[in-house]
Amino acid sequence: MESKATAQSSGRVRNCSICNQTKAALKRPKTLEQICRECFYQVFEDEIHRVIVDNHLFKPGERIAIGASGGKDSTVLAYVMAELNRRHNYGLDLFLLSVDEGITGYRDDSLETVKRNEIQYGLPLKVVSYKDLYGWTMDEIVKMIGLKNNCTFCGVFRRQALDRGAALLKVDKVVTGHNADDIAETVILNILRGDIARLGRCTSITTGEDGPIPRCKPFKYTYEKEIVIYPFSMSIYSPNAYRGFAREFIKDLERIRPRAILDIIKSGEDFRIATSTKMPEQGTCERCGYISSQKWCKACVLLEGLNRGLPKLGIGRRGIDNERNSRKSIDNKKCGSLDF
Amino acid sequence: MKLTLEFGGGLELLCDSVKIHNVDVDQKDVEEKLTMKDLLVWVGKNLIKERPEMFMKGDTVRPGVLVLVNDCDWELSGQLDTLLEEKDVVVFISTLHGG
Ligand SMILES: [Zn+2]
Ligand SMILES: [Zn+2]
Repeated sequence: MESKATAQSSGRVRNCSICNQTKAALKRPKTLEQICRECFYQVFEDEIHRVIVDNHLFKPGERIAIGASGGKDSTVLAYVMAELNRRHNYGLDLFLLSVDEGITGYRDDSLETVKRNEIQYGLPLKVVSYKDLYGWTMDEIVKMIGLKNNCTFCGVFRRQALDRGAALLKVDKVVTGHNADDIAETVILNILRGDIARLGRCTSITTGEDGPIPRCKPFKYTYEKEIVIYPFSMSIYSPNAYRGFAREFIKDLERIRPRAILDIIKSGEDFRIATSTKMPEQGTCERCGYISSQKWCKACVLLEGLNRGLPKLGIGRRGIDNERNSRKSIDNKKCGSLDF
Repeated sequence: MKLTLEFGGGLELLCDSVKIHNVDVDQKDVEEKLTMKDLLVWVGKNLIKERPEMFMKGDTVRPGVLVLVNDCDWELSGQLDTLLEEKDVVVFISTLHGG
């Protein structure tokens, strides 16, 4: 608002600490620097480029699917990936990959957003539906089992859907929009649950390297505040489910001490798992070939129940039974919470 | 004082799912400038129809709600003490709704 000498611009707001030419428009939570919009775009994109390069996330010629939900993180990720790929000649073939659960009305807005992204960023879009992947839409599942247990289905089916869609697209990797706040939240949740296996994995920038399709998180060190502010326009997103207490706790911490988010990620990374801790062994599902530590993967157990008309099969008090190792299940958590 | 208020990231759901509100905020005293603190009280009374705790915590917005005054992070303009002027645009975005 240069044209308008408002109290905000004439008064306390300083010049950008990077270019020292323009009024600052944002305070970076990571560094507390006050910077202008132009410099912000620059440092935001450069930092993500550095993370990609330093962690060797991609190789030239790879096919990469961007997990696209229509929400803010994946929308910004799609834009930044397309932009960096072009600017720095990564040589990647990029695709948008969306999952349609088949819930009436639920995905309409977000699929519209993703379709817009397809055109705006020139990225081919693949939408995989639950109906295609599992033979059941989420609406049909809810009709069968009621609303009470559908979070179990939601979580298990959604996690596999992205992998199965990625397999259909024949991509080498999937990138997701998980940001620094997400990862800090997951560190805290995994500590509270005492889930050593997930704690060890959740801070890794790339996961599933032993599986068919690795996943990586270029926004691992990117603060949510900056992702939200990046477009300087909010009309582009479709809001999703509300998040839980751990997320609020993160935001409370951020207000007191903005660095806290990075510190939590750091402490999560520093938890190295002693070799004596027994980790669940990875195998593959006898039915569908998906990675599973059990005879059948969770999706196949749930599907078996649905197809036999016994939808409660596989849903125990603590989530899904059929666990070879007595790992505590967290699959009963609410839709929209995080998993890696 | 005429202001444009925008709600995003799910906050619009708290005010009848309307994202953009062109409002006229009455001031008791023309001499006294309107601050963000005053505006938040006004918004709480006049626009937020449900779950006010999703918007406010104590006398300020709850952590995770970003505020931009004329496209500038309100952390730079003094947060609650930010002075508002005619035709200012104030944006509230929740980051607590997922991505
Ligand atoms: Zn600058
Ligand atoms: Zn299976």
